[in-house]
Amino acid sequence: MTAVNQEAPNPLFDLLEGFVQELRSAGIPVSLSENIDAAEAVRHIPIEDRLAFKYALAATLIKNDAHWKTFETLFDVYFSLRGQEYSLDDSDDPFGDVDFDEDGSEQPPGEGGQGGGDGMSPEELAELLYQALLKGDDTLMRAIARQSVKRFAGMEPGRPVGGTYYLYRTLRNLDLDGIMERLMDQAREQRNDDTSSLQERLDRDEFDTRIEKLRKEIEAEIRRRLVADRGAEAMAKTLRKPLPEDVDFMHASRDEMVLLRRAIYPLTRKLAVRLARKRRHKRKGPLDFRNTVRHSLSYGGVPADPRFRHPKPAKPEIFVIADISGSVAAFARFTLHLVYAISGQFSRVRAFVFIDGLDEVTSYFEGVDDIAEAIHRVNTEADVVWVDGHSDYGHAFEVFWDTYGKEVGPKTTVMILGDARNNYHASQAWIIKELQHRARKLFWLNPEPKAYWNTGDSIVGEYGDHCDGVFEVRNLRQLERFVDNLV
Amino acid sequence: MTHRFDSVDAVREGLRSVDYLADDSIAGIAYLADRLGKPVLIEGPAGTGKTQLAKSVAEMSGARLIRLQCYEGLDESKALYEWNYKKQLLRIQVESGDDTSWTDIQDDIFSDEFLLPRPLLEAITADDPVVLLIDEVDRVELETEALLLEILSDYQVSIPELGTIEAKQVPLVFLTSNNTRELSEALKRRCLFLHLDYPDLEREKEIVMTKVPDISEQLADQVARIVRSVRQLELKKHPSVSETLDWARTLILLGIDNVDEKDATETVNILLKYRSDIEKAIKDFGANSSAHFEPNSTT
Repeated sequence: MTAVNQEAPNPLFDLLEGFVQELRSAGIPVSLSENIDAAEAVRHIPIEDRLAFKYALAATLIKNDAHWKTFETLFDVYFSLRGQEYSLDDSDDPFGDVDFDEDGSEQPPGEGGQGGGDGMSPEELAELLYQALLKGDDTLMRAIARQSVKRFAGMEPGRPVGGTYYLYRTLRNLDLDGIMERLMDQAREQRNDDTSSLQERLDRDEFDTRIEKLRKEIEAEIRRRLVADRGAEAMAKTLRKPLPEDVDFMHASRDEMVLLRRAIYPLTRKLAVRLARKRRHKRKGPLDFRNTVRHSLSYGGVPADPRFRHPKPAKPEIFVIADISGSVAAFARFTLHLVYAISGQFSRVRAFVFIDGLDEVTSYFEGVDDIAEAIHRVNTEADVVWVDGHSDYGHAFEVFWDTYGKEVGPKTTVMILGDARNNYHASQAWIIKELQHRARKLFWLNPEPKAYWNTGDSIVGEYGDHCDGVFEVRNLRQLERFVDNLV
Repeated sequence: MTHRFDSVDAVREGLRSVDYLADDSIAGIAYLADRLGKPVLIEGPAGTGKTQLAKSVAEMSGARLIRLQCYEGLDESKALYEWNYKKQLLRIQVESGDDTSWTDIQDDIFSDEFLLPRPLLEAITADDPVVLLIDEVDRVELETEALLLEILSDYQVSIPELGTIEAKQVPLVFLTSNNTRELSEALKRRCLFLHLDYPDLEREKEIVMTKVPDISEQLADQVARIVRSVRQLELKKHPSVSETLDWARTLILLGIDNVDEKDATETVNILLKYRSDIEKAIKDFGANSSAHFEPNSTT
């Protein structure tokens, strides 16, 4: 893997260097040796073979599947203008490489009627789109995506709006829902006999996939035009989205939530492995006197070989107390997933949820295969509302102390998850103090940014004085750091 | 160094000839692995053909497959090498009558003859081309991973008594991981990374047709479509490719050539292994005609 740089400087390496810079500023860790590997790899894969080139770069630079999406977007932006007629000299003039009006010539003639594309009425375009989706004709679909972006997005050079705006404008004009209905009607007619629900479901999935593909084409086309307008570097900056591990729990979208959930399991396993290792490698137990004396006989009564008792493996017991009120709703959903994942790894986990009342929900998670069902039960059945359903940490802790306080012992680790926004109720911080005395450790995880702590009705500081640690846990990276520090 | 593969397409064709359908990324990375002499770390859900890829590459290139199955508690003596104590002891006893000096014996008993090679050492000392498969590497502890680093980056093994043994030829190395835990950065850095996900519709259909020769194209298409729909549900464990194949074979055995809800409901337990998943899927097969569809048609 040496001797990459010996030859005359290859323009490709500059390009690659820039791309790696982009990846790094997007938060993807790329080490020097990975960078060298990538440089080595592109010597074997011609850049003209776009797909293979992309996979070669991905294999050497991306070592985490969660980063793939970010990589793909950046790749498209960075290399979108450097296509088949790749040459660096042209890149100064971004418009030179792309001739929008010649798009039609890429497809077989007569297929899309692209020659007269500009002259088509919106109805004709819609009809064409319907046909393309019905047949699953990718080439035609791509042509339509380009045509509709050109026509509907209203893109003007230098206009300071993001890609989402253009995407919205384009999709609004295409009426995909209406087309979906027509497609389904058509499919039903073709089958005409029994309306088998399974078949219908399959058709719907198929059309869904095709429409999704069209949406991606449109997005790519918008991006391509934006890059042509603003340049790759500027575009890469505006497209920068947080990596899954940096996504804020409170504002995660549904897709991001799915990714987060997938990432929790390795994390809890890590936690379990760490705790287990500590158990295994910990110092020996107290001196075993009888055993030592017995062994001293072989040394003539000299206790040369001291024997120790095996330590009793301490089974960690974890109490999770989570706020599930509206202000932390998104975080709470994630919390419950975390609780579920933890309870899969440890034998003794007890879970409590509260708003202004508090209830134990351990049983909801036990022996349940379906986490969605468990969460549903927590949200509907748990008795967590006492007066008005606004967070009251003080009262919730009181309930906990009265009912379960005695069960907190020296083996118990207590984790409290919440933003400590108490609606100006009494804090009852003495309970936390007492709990800390009894428990092995007591941690507070706060999903709010640190800057907001102790502002308004947040009293995390008051509770935090009595905790073994208060951590800002807004994203996976911070959660991971918490796990790392824990043991 | 001679290379095993001429081009990406050659890899793809070769894999196809041993009934493994590779997509662009798989073929491309196998080719790169050979060119760059780097190990490949394959990650992805269970049953997507990670292990099979290593086996198929071995088969197509006519190389011997050496497999190291990882598990918790795997150590040096199982993975790298071990001294043959019994033989060493015998040797010492045989010599004890003579007046051979201790240094001679010591030199003697720590030689190749008394070394038991384990898979990793075997792979790099082999004369013939080999493919080394390190299976489910995420099962070993974080510390044990370090055992692999020397062999993965330099293709050598250091034995304190013997010195460093270098590889006679660079083996193709595949590591698989089900991602039950995060692998160390050091390991990842040394590898090419390949994420194997469930195949898309077309590829899955092709796989079914390749592996289940008796199947009609229409049924294969239907099987692939149903499996794709099932994978979109939120399940505990999604059906893997091997389960798809099992299901296709079952349908053939039952003489079904057009799957309807009833058939799907009755045989779905081949595809899914958790009770809650099965219930969910059955509900989905049957109920969506009214529930899934009507709300949409009004919008």
